[in-house]
Amino acid sequence: MKQLVILGAGTAGTMMANHLSHHLKKPDWQISIIDEKDEHHYQPGYLFLPFDIYSPGDIVKTIEEFIPKNAELIKGKIDRILPKENKIRMDEGTEFNYDILIIATGAKIAPGETEGMEGVEWRKSIFDFYTFEGALALRDKLKDWKGGKLVVHITEMPIKCPVAPLEFSFLADSFFKHKHMRDQVEITYVTPLSGAFTKPKATEALEHLLKEKNIHIEGDFAIEKIDNEKKEIVDYGGRSIPFDILVTVPTNKGDELIERSGMGDELNYVPAHKATMQSKEYANVFVLGDASNIPASKAGSVAHFEAEILTDNIMRFIGGKPLKDEFDGHANCFIETGNGKALLIDFNYTHEPVEGSFPFPGIGPLRLLKESRMNHMGKLAFRWIYWNVLLKGTHIPFVSATMSEAGKQYN
Amino acid sequence: MEKIIAGKSIAVNEEGYLTRFDQWDENIGETLAGEANIQLSPRHWEVLTYLQNEFKKEVPLSIRKVGKSGVVDIKEFYQLFPVAPLKTATKIAGIPKPASCI
Repeated sequence: MKQLVILGAGTAGTMMANHLSHHLKKPDWQISIIDEKDEHHYQPGYLFLPFDIYSPGDIVKTIEEFIPKNAELIKGKIDRILPKENKIRMDEGTEFNYDILIIATGAKIAPGETEGMEGVEWRKSIFDFYTFEGALALRDKLKDWKGGKLVVHITEMPIKCPVAPLEFSFLADSFFKHKHMRDQVEITYVTPLSGAFTKPKATEALEHLLKEKNIHIEGDFAIEKIDNEKKEIVDYGGRSIPFDILVTVPTNKGDELIERSGMGDELNYVPAHKATMQSKEYANVFVLGDASNIPASKAGSVAHFEAEILTDNIMRFIGGKPLKDEFDGHANCFIETGNGKALLIDFNYTHEPVEGSFPFPGIGPLRLLKESRMNHMGKLAFRWIYWNVLLKGTHIPFVSATMSEAGKQYN
Repeated sequence: MEKIIAGKSIAVNEEGYLTRFDQWDENIGETLAGEANIQLSPRHWEVLTYLQNEFKKEVPLSIRKVGKSGVVDIKEFYQLFPVAPLKTATKIAGIPKPASCI
């Protein structure tokens, strides 16, 4: 029996196991998926934990319940991939052979990359919301905070869900308004980018919103260190910004297992072809989701679109046919803007987010790059879609894996 | 669009980055550095040459990568090009603005 092994049972790996379970069956193929954790977290929900909009129970389920019956879930820590021998070695010494490997080990925060980030103020006045623990610690801090300087900060790109820190800033504005203490809080958004986002039209729309919400933006800030004593972030150019609470997005890196396997770049991301997701070094290795170095956003929606195309490509690879170089970097993200509203953006490698309607050209019901309540309902509904549709690898009606240009205002 | 740099008509994008590296020469580099209030020293040129070589090899550039290159550390990179060093240095070097941001 041939072996297809998936590393990582997060969003990308779980979707892939579900997709492939319809195509690869015993006795010809065994699908295995390896992960050391017991819980599957709905990561977009971390954003809502600090503001008590979601509680932990809303975003945690078991890994097991989303793995298809004909796939074997192996729990354990992976020591390394031995790509030349087509083997996985586990921490306790067991080895598994594979014919095809899918790496879906994701990305995570690496606060140790910045001097002073994990100092005495870590989780006292320096927080992250990219981990479950971090988001909960921040929730507890915000509960009885009396106000002061709130600094929302991105350490360096790329990060998972590049819009999340903006959403955090908008939700913070809304949160303090509802607590009737917005005038006690000064919110500053600090980014290594020149503006609020990476693409011009979205940057313009988002900067307008920042201004409207009285959130000050500091761009081109490349952090050198955090001074725990003075409570300041300091950049290489000598600029410093004081904080009472720092909510930072630390450097994101791929899993250490990629480094141990000697398969990553300087941030432990695995080099892969951006349109096929095939590893640049090993033909029978594919990289899905945040684990790869392809220039697409690190986001669940991207992994979802990739998974549809990768399923085809795995079947083509098995059948000895050429791969489809079809993935266009398609991403689709709701951006919470506070007060029960949200924006929606839809873009790919070559087309920046613009205004328009989605998913039906000219009709909507969702509006692109414009705040609306409907978009916010979409964002909240998405949690249900995630658990019930997305992870199961079911195609989302009317939303194609490659981006549609219809109904959008390019000029 | 076209811009007159060091007496020549050069193809640039709306942010002023050269769109054709083959049009770049050292005079253009000097002129663009002048616009950014930078006087180029031999040390600047070492960094600019490194960036151009990485571009030719199609290696995506980031501050982190430059800092680990062994050519210059991040601290010195900032001393050489004080404001947004990677964006400034790539513009002077005549290569595209790094797309390290997604």
